[in-house]
Amino acid sequence: MAATRRSARVTLAPVNVVVGDEELLVDRAVRALINVAGETNPGAADPAIEGAEVHDLAAGRLTPGDLIELTSPSLFSVRRVVVIRSAQDLGKDLAAEITAYAANPAEDVSLVVVHAGGAKGKALLDGLVKTKANRIDCPKPTRPGERIDFIRGEIRTAGRTITESAARGLLDAVGNDLRELASACGQLAADTTGTIDDEIVARYHRGRAEVSGFNVADRAIEGNSGDALEQLRWALAVGTSPVLITSALAQGLRALAKVGGAPRGLRGPALAKELGMPPWKVDRVRQQLRGWNAEGVAQATQVVAETDAQVKGGGADPAYALERAIHAIIAARAPRR
Amino acid sequence: MSVFDDLVGQTRVVEQLTSAVRAAGDLLRGGPGKGMTHAWLFTGPPGSGRSTAARAFAAALLCPDGGCGHCDACHQALTGNHADVELVRPSGLSYGVKETRALVLRAASVPTGGRFQIVLFEDADRATEQAANALLKAIEEPPPRTVWLLCAPSPDDLVVTIRSRCRLVTLGAPSPAAVADVLIRRDGIEPELAHRVAAASQGHIGRARRLATDAETSRHRDEVLGLPSRLTGIAQCVDAAAKLVAAAEGEATATTDELNDSERSALRQAFGEGSTGRGVAKALRGSAGAMKELEDRQKSRATRIKRDSLDLALMDLTAYYRDVLALQVGAQVALSAGDREPELRHLAGSSTPDATLRRIEAIMQCRERLQANANPQLAVEAMMMALRTG
Repeated sequence: MAATRRSARVTLAPVNVVVGDEELLVDRAVRALINVAGETNPGAADPAIEGAEVHDLAAGRLTPGDLIELTSPSLFSVRRVVVIRSAQDLGKDLAAEITAYAANPAEDVSLVVVHAGGAKGKALLDGLVKTKANRIDCPKPTRPGERIDFIRGEIRTAGRTITESAARGLLDAVGNDLRELASACGQLAADTTGTIDDEIVARYHRGRAEVSGFNVADRAIEGNSGDALEQLRWALAVGTSPVLITSALAQGLRALAKVGGAPRGLRGPALAKELGMPPWKVDRVRQQLRGWNAEGVAQATQVVAETDAQVKGGGADPAYALERAIHAIIAARAPRR
Repeated sequence: MSVFDDLVGQTRVVEQLTSAVRAAGDLLRGGPGKGMTHAWLFTGPPGSGRSTAARAFAAALLCPDGGCGHCDACHQALTGNHADVELVRPSGLSYGVKETRALVLRAASVPTGGRFQIVLFEDADRATEQAANALLKAIEEPPPRTVWLLCAPSPDDLVVTIRSRCRLVTLGAPSPAAVADVLIRRDGIEPELAHRVAAASQGHIGRARRLATDAETSRHRDEVLGLPSRLTGIAQCVDAAAKLVAAAEGEATATTDELNDSERSALRQAFGEGSTGRGVAKALRGSAGAMKELEDRQKSRATRIKRDSLDLALMDLTAYYRDVLALQVGAQVALSAGDREPELRHLAGSSTPDATLRRIEAIMQCRERLQANANPQLAVEAMMMALRTG
């Protein structure tokens, strides 16, 4: 992905395919291609100003023949870029037209086809790749680590640096949307000086953008009441449904019961298979099991079942019911030996 | 022979209904018809034969001989095909106001047979509050020949305004002996098996018959009753809960899958799928809303089947612990799970009546939670853990 994140140097071929469904990254890749085309505009006195002639088309608006019209030789010998967005939605005829053109592209035209990847319209993508089109992949960052890399890359592009923990704090506070992250990075870089650290991030951003029921459940089951309540408040504040929180609590306790009661001799992958959980999950639940006994799990399960009824209309206030449940779950843990 | 023959152990109810049928005949001849009225509410525990009683009553009202049991009218009414019987059987979780309004309209038609127009509403407790309110006017002052027959487990399941407009018919749970008798006489089941399933079903005739005739039902019951002795640790509790819920889900899918598909394709066909010509594509696009409505109805039906199946299992468990309690306090009653007597005695000896009551309480609480739309797996897990703890 390093190549696609505001690449220092992209190469422009007569036919280019940008593959990915993360809008920001795709936009950037397309813009980079257009910039390159502008710089190489042979007829322009000042490439930065005149640039290339850009035709940005959505697949839905494209009609047969458009492509031929746009790619036929121009009187003014201007460099042209034809961008076709959401090419996966193109019909069979249009897709065939593009593939045919790609086999024999015009000289002063750069075609940029934007494709979401995936199964839809796969024939077009395969066809273009076969004609040796320039393929640019924009994979979506999925793991937190990749998002942090993204933040650091953004800051670096702005000529600044950010500490690891500050990047983590920014990610927590802003959430997973890349466009929002990018603009937050832009703001931080523009408004502050020096290395961006925790303090600077805290001045502009606080709180948490995304808290799932699982964050709450993990903290509660680990017996960390302060953190659990804080996560719960955040979760409710950002609109996580109380029902999802109770079901996360129930899942956590279920996992405790399963792992705690698993046959003694089993270890590692065999155990994971027996319980139907991924191995890392088994390890984590093992950690959590410290401080729990069977009676405690049974008691906590009763509490969660009661809370489930209360958040579904049995009680006056779901938030109160959940807070009470967290206290009761923590109280159900066995006293530390 | 009479249409009331199938009502097991309900002599008092049969008397009440036959006198009403006589009064109805009087009414038709232009007499005062004292003892007949236009709205009846049949109540009684599940399996006591509420809808059977209502159906027999409908047949008797439509039969020129007051329920002979072998004429066309009797036969059609009993099989649910009579033109003057509007049969309402909600298959989803609830019966809405929209359907009720349509029902009120149909209920006002003139009887084709010249006797009565009958609306037989099974599971009237599933009517929503709004739906019940839409019924009020129609039930209070129906057209002269319209008779409403509502069925519900208990009078308290209906809003008081409906209840006060109906004459009550209260059925009791038939005794195991009566149930066994009807199984032997009507269904030709071996006496020994009949007595066993009659005890196991706790007076639920339909369930007794299914237990006797359907191997799958009795296997499932065996599995459910095997659960209590296996709840040795919390992992087993979670496992037992998962199995129970999966069985209920399996039953729901097995019952609905095929039906869902055929309903969907019937609806698509109604919107013009497979035909050609102008406007077909447009009509098909317009089917999305109707499709969504159908899918919601199907989902509600599946949820109901799942809940009903879980509820049956919970009732079996309740009967099991009732047996334990009976042994603990030395009550002289027939055991519902007589074939498991050693196991029951062991459990009775190793726990206290208090614990047994708490366990029964936990099962009842689980039923309530399921009715209140709780997460089934969680509710059943909590129950299993309570059963283990005692």
